[in-house]
Amino acid sequence: MRFGFKALLGVAIMAVGLSVPANAAGEAKHPAAVGWSFDGMFGTYDRNALRRGFQVYKEVCASCHSLNQIAFRNLSQAGGPEFSEAEVKAIAREYIVEDGPDDYGDMFERAALPKDKFPSPYPNENAARAANGGAYPPDLSLITKARGGGADYIHALLSGYEEAPEGAEMRPGLYYNPYMAGGKIAMPAPLLEELVEYGDGTPATVEQMSLDVTHFLNWTAEPELEQRKRIGFMVLIYLTIFAGLMFFSMRKIWADQH
Amino acid sequence: MSGESTYNPGNGFTKWMDTRLPILRLAHDSFVDYPTPKNLNYWWTFGGILTFCLVTQIITGIILAMHYTPHVDFAFNSVEHIMRNVNYGWLIRYIHANGASMFFLAVYIHIFRGLYYGSYKAPREVLWILGVIIYLLMMAAAFMGYVLPWGQMSLWGATVITNLFGAIPVVGESVAIWLWGGYSIDNPTLNRFFSLHYLIPFLILGVVILHIWALHVPGNNNPVGISVKSKQDTVPFHPYYTVKDGFALTVFLILFAYFIFFAPNVLGHADNYIQANPLVTPAHIVPEWYLLPFYAILRAVPDKLGGVALMFGAIFILFLLPWLDTSKVRSARYRPLFRQFYALLVVDCLLLGYLGAQPAEGIYIVLARIGTFYYFAHFLVVLPVLGIIEKPKAVPESISEPILGAQPAE
Repeated sequence: MRFGFKALLGVAIMAVGLSVPANAAGEAKHPAAVGWSFDGMFGTYDRNALRRGFQVYKEVCASCHSLNQIAFRNLSQAGGPEFSEAEVKAIAREYIVEDGPDDYGDMFERAALPKDKFPSPYPNENAARAANGGAYPPDLSLITKARGGGADYIHALLSGYEEAPEGAEMRPGLYYNPYMAGGKIAMPAPLLEELVEYGDGTPATVEQMSLDVTHFLNWTAEPELEQRKRIGFMVLIYLTIFAGLMFFSMRKIWADQH
Repeated sequence: MSGESTYNPGNGFTKWMDTRLPILRLAHDSFVDYPTPKNLNYWWTFGGILTFCLVTQIITGIILAMHYTPHVDFAFNSVEHIMRNVNYGWLIRYIHANGASMFFLAVYIHIFRGLYYGSYKAPREVLWILGVIIYLLMMAAAFMGYVLPWGQMSLWGATVITNLFGAIPVVGESVAIWLWGGYSIDNPTLNRFFSLHYLIPFLILGVVILHIWALHVPGNNNPVGISVKSKQDTVPFHPYYTVKDGFALTVFLILFAYFIFFAPNVLGHADNYIQANPLVTPAHIVPEWYLLPFYAILRAVPDKLGGVALMFGAIFILFLLPWLDTSKVRSARYRPLFRQFYALLVVDCLLLGYLGAQPAEGIYIVLARIGTFYYFAHFLVVLPVLGIIEKPKAVPESISEPILGAQPAE
């Protein structure tokens, strides 16, 4: 095709880029790119950030938000916070879960085991709404994948609360956050300076806690990330070498035709 | 496949087999010694790439179905179970999800290659029509597949599309209820979509076999668009095109792998990681990228029935293409005017794709109407008229001529 396929290809790439559905929250403030350690082709999680983030989830978020997809045992898996199995058992023991029915047909409560999922803070959605002025605190397992902007958006939202601008009508129970579509969010600013005390001595600023808990929530959404990127890199190397071999085989086979 | 078979059974077993079920002869004549024009460029490698895509989708799909639960209460969590607990489940699911996008990327290149080189013209009309049927089946399979994870976009995308049938006069509402298996999208809908999503790929496989059969009767078209005249014009499919297709496929796989491993969710929508909720409508309901041009056409028309008619018409018009294009010259290389309009059509389709992702308001609606108008005008007006008024450039005597001549083919 003589007439510029390169030009066409350029248009095509551009159009594909443009046609990726725009963030539904078009009118909201654009979250700043954080530059996470898990970004890029060789991205990995920062174990310490994951552990600190877990602490923030446990001590702050968990009072309203469930983490339905995550079991305690996941905390010791490779590519995650990598707590030891003993530590995971100890963490699980702090939670009470319902089990049963027993031999008499009764449900009973027991300390959680590593195989159990994190228990929800509310028995059901209605109870959650009743306790939160009608708003339903979403499950956080997949939250960084379930929002346009991903981890950057979650971090910006958690640390981006502001005074409502002049003239903004705020119903009681709604808080101003420029990163939320429409600017109004039912969650009050969840992070306050020194709200948790980090075991490793890191100062618990709002920014730090927001970074850490987002880091942790990105892991709960993509626990396979490290393995995926590691395998992906090897696959790309393999395919590139294989493509080279195919190319030279092709040249040799076609040599008698040109 | 025209011409005599050159298959020569090599040993006792293959000789025995050949007189009972000559399947090895069929394979040999179709994929080994099949005479193929020697001037095919890389745009011709997408047939093989598409076959690979289909097989990949079927294999990964069968494995996913072993772990997936088609029930509104369990579907979303069963997908997360695959992502988290099934060994390499995340890999299988990301291959399948991105595989659909890669499948469509390849099929669009394949279709536009056919449009450029006139591959739909006599004697390949049936080959083309079978291709359009495959494309239709692909869209049905992809649409239903997107519903299965039971995320927000699954539910609401399905709501928008199935509501289209409600636009049919008189029986529309009954048809919609019949499709849903109830009064709204619910468990019966998810169940039947799963069943059909499993069925359709095998229908596609069947039509692909017919498509290849219909290809092997007249033989491949080629970049100069003139028929094979002598043995000089062709090379055996193997090893010449097995190696060329193999090389192109490997390069294609590098792009595929990039998406699977490094950007597995950019082609999807974030809302689909929120479990479906019939009480909460997403701010913008958008289909997957490969359906966006049709979505733009649908919304460009102020009347619902009209929009539905034009959307389906945009696909069905392709069935008539072999008879709408009145030019006897196949390849756009020798059709200077057609080439301009072809470029316009490509830009038009990309524009419609862009507009399908935008809110249906203001300037976007105006542009979508212009884009829709040109899309239909291209097939209904431009192509019939061009064949009459256009003066094609001189077409070479044979396929070998432009290759052996001073000007090497691209």
